[in-house]
Amino acid sequence: MSDYEGVAVYCETKEDKILPIAAEGLGIGRKLADTLGQKLSAVIVGGNISGLAQQIISCGADKVYIVDDLQLKDYQADVYISVLEKVIKQVKPQIIIMGQTDYGRELAPRLAFRLGTAATMDCVDLAIDAESKRLLQTKPVYGGNAQAVFITETDPQVVTIRTKAMEALTPDTSRKGESVTIPADLDASVIKTKTLERVVEEVAGIKIEDAQVVVAGGRGIGSADGFKQLDELAKLLKGAVGASRPPCDNGWIPDMAQVGLTGKIIAPEIYIAVAISGSSQHMSGCSGSKTIIAINRDKEANIFRQARFGVIGDWKKVLPAFTQKLKELMAS
Amino acid sequence: MNIIVCVKQVIDPEAPPASFKIDAAKNRAEMHGVPPVIDPYGEYAVEAGLRVKEAGGGKITVISLGVNLLREVVKKPLAMGADELILLDDEAYAGGDSWSNAYSLAMAIKKAGAFDMILCGREASDTNAGQTGPAISEILGLPCITLARKIEVKDSQLRIERVNSSGYDVIESPLPAVVTVSNEIGQPRYPTVKGIMAAKKIEPVIWKPTDIGIEAAGTGANTQRTKLRKLFQPVYEGKCDFAAGDSPEEMAVDLAVKLRQAKVL
Ligand SMILES: Cc1cc2nc3c(=O)[nH]c(=O)nc-3n(C[C@H](O)[C@H](O)[C@H](O)COP(=O)(O)OP(=O)(O)OC[C@H]3O[C@@H](n4cnc5c(N)ncnc54)[C@H](O)[C@@H]3O)c2cc1C
Repeated sequence: MSDYEGVAVYCETKEDKILPIAAEGLGIGRKLADTLGQKLSAVIVGGNISGLAQQIISCGADKVYIVDDLQLKDYQADVYISVLEKVIKQVKPQIIIMGQTDYGRELAPRLAFRLGTAATMDCVDLAIDAESKRLLQTKPVYGGNAQAVFITETDPQVVTIRTKAMEALTPDTSRKGESVTIPADLDASVIKTKTLERVVEEVAGIKIEDAQVVVAGGRGIGSADGFKQLDELAKLLKGAVGASRPPCDNGWIPDMAQVGLTGKIIAPEIYIAVAISGSSQHMSGCSGSKTIIAINRDKEANIFRQARFGVIGDWKKVLPAFTQKLKELMAS
Repeated sequence: MNIIVCVKQVIDPEAPPASFKIDAAKNRAEMHGVPPVIDPYGEYAVEAGLRVKEAGGGKITVISLGVNLLREVVKKPLAMGADELILLDDEAYAGGDSWSNAYSLAMAIKKAGAFDMILCGREASDTNAGQTGPAISEILGLPCITLARKIEVKDSQLRIERVNSSGYDVIESPLPAVVTVSNEIGQPRYPTVKGIMAAKKIEPVIWKPTDIGIEAAGTGANTQRTKLRKLFQPVYEGKCDFAAGDSPEEMAVDLAVKLRQAKVL
C-alpha cells in the first residue's frame, strides 16, 4: 500500500532515563512488530542521551535512532516536532507510538498533521487487524463512557498510549540491537514558540502517581479544611491525597492532585474516594486501581458501580470513625 | 485584538453515566433525556477570550461546526459576551474526523478576516482527542501553545502559562497563534440577563462548504483519514460490598474491620 514499514516508538526521556510510558510503548510495539513480522525501532531526542540506547534495546527495540544535541536538552515544541518530522521521513515507519504525556499530547497531532496523516490519542489497546493489517486503535471517548475502535487509513498511523494501559517487557540486557545517530541540523527558522521557564510546584510528601494508597476527595468535601481530614487518613496509610476536578478548580487543593482524564491517571493498590460521584472522566484516572473504596451519601452514585467496598453515609461522620478504628486495628 | 474561538455542541458530558446510551446501528452516542450543551472546554476557551478582550480590547468571533446545531446551545458564548457567531452547519460537514473538522474551521477562519489569536478547548468532551487546536495550527502554519492556564498579551507577544503534571511552563510566542485552554484558567462566567438579551439579537452567519472555498465532497465523512470501526460501552461486573450498621460511625467501623479481614489494609 505504501513504502512505510515497521513500528517506531518515540521514547520520551526525563533526567537521563526513559519514561515508564516509553517502556510500555516498546512493550506493545514489540508485540505489534512481531505480529506484522516487521522491525521495532525507537527514536530518542535530547541532549546527552546516547547512553540510553542499550536500555531501550533491552526493552524490546531492534534499532534505536538517536538525535543527541545539547540544544535539545530541554523540550521545545517546535524544535522537537521538526526533528521528529525529519527522523520519521527518513525511517518511514508504518506505525508511530508515543505516550499521552504532557508533551505527547501536542507532539503527536502536530507531527501527524504535518506528515499528512492522522493521530489517535490516548489508546488503551492496540492490535493488528488480521485482514487489513492496519492498526486497530481502541481509545476511550465520551469521557470514558464508551470506547471507540479506530483505523487510520493513511501512513504512518500515529497513536499515543495511555499511562499504564500497556505492559512493558522485563528488560533483557542480553538483547542485541543497532543504534543509528541522526544529526539534529537545527534550523532556527522553525522556532516560533519558546519555553522560557519550567516552574515546579512542589507538593510535600509522596506524589500521587507513586503512592500505593490514594485518599481522594470530591466536591462534597466542601472546603480546604475538609481536605485536612483526608490528609490525616493518607498519612496513616502512608499514601497521598488526590481529588476530583471541582476541589482543584475551587482551590481547596493544588491542581496537581487532580485525578482523571485531564488530570493524573493513576493505578494505586488502594483508592479511597470520598464524596466523589464517580463521573466517567474521573474514573478514567483511577479505574486501574486494584481496590476502590467509596464513601458517599448517595447510594445511586456512579462510584459504587466500580467500588469494591462502600459506605453510604455522610463522610463527615464516617471518615473520623473510620480513621480512628483503622488506627486501633493497625496498632494491634 | 481579533479573537476566534472554536467551540462545538456536544451531548452533555456531565449527565449521570447511567443516561449514556449507544445507538449501535448508527455508531452514535446520546445522553438519554438530557439536552445537548456547549462543549465545556470550549466554554473555558470562551472565558479565556473574554479575559483577553477585557484586558486589551478586541472582538470575539465564535465558530461552531456541526449539523443541525441548536441555536439556544450555540448562542451561549454570545450570551457570555462574545461578539459574533459563525456556524458551519451543513449536512456536508457530517462524519468528519479531527482533520476534516479542523480543515473546515481553518478555511472559515481564513475567510473571517484578520485575526490575532485562535482559541480552542484542550479537548472536546465527546472525542477526547485534543487535536483541533494543533491541527488548525499546522494547517495555517501558526505557532501553537496547548493547555493554557493563563494568557497575557504584551507588545503583540503572547505569554502563556502551560499546565504540566508537576507545575507549569512559561511560553512566549508571537501573534497570531493558536492556543488551547485548560480548566485551570478559571471558571467560565455565567451569561447575564443583559448578555442573553444581546445574544438574542445577534444573527449567526451560516457558511456552507462552498462559502469557505471547499467542495461539498471536500469535507465531512469523505475526507476522513481515521475511520470509526466500532463504538461500545465497557462493562464493569464488580460488586460493591456495602458496610453495615445503624449509624455512619458503626458503618465506618464495619468498613475498617472488613478491610482488615480482607487484608486490603
Ligand atoms: C472533557 C472533560 C474532562 C474532565 N476531566 C476531569 C478529570 O480529569 N477529573 C475529574 O475529577 N473530573 C473531570 N471532569 C469533570 C467531571 O465531569 C465531573 O464534573 C467531576 O468529576 C465531578 O466531581 P465530583 O465527583 O467531585 O463532584 P460531584 O459530581 O458534584 O459529586 C459530589 C459527590 O459528593 C457526594 N457528597 C456530597 N456531600 C457529601 C457528604 N457530606 N458525605 C458524603 N458524600 C457527599 C454527592 O453525593 C456526590 O456524589 C471533566 C469533564 C469534562 C467535560
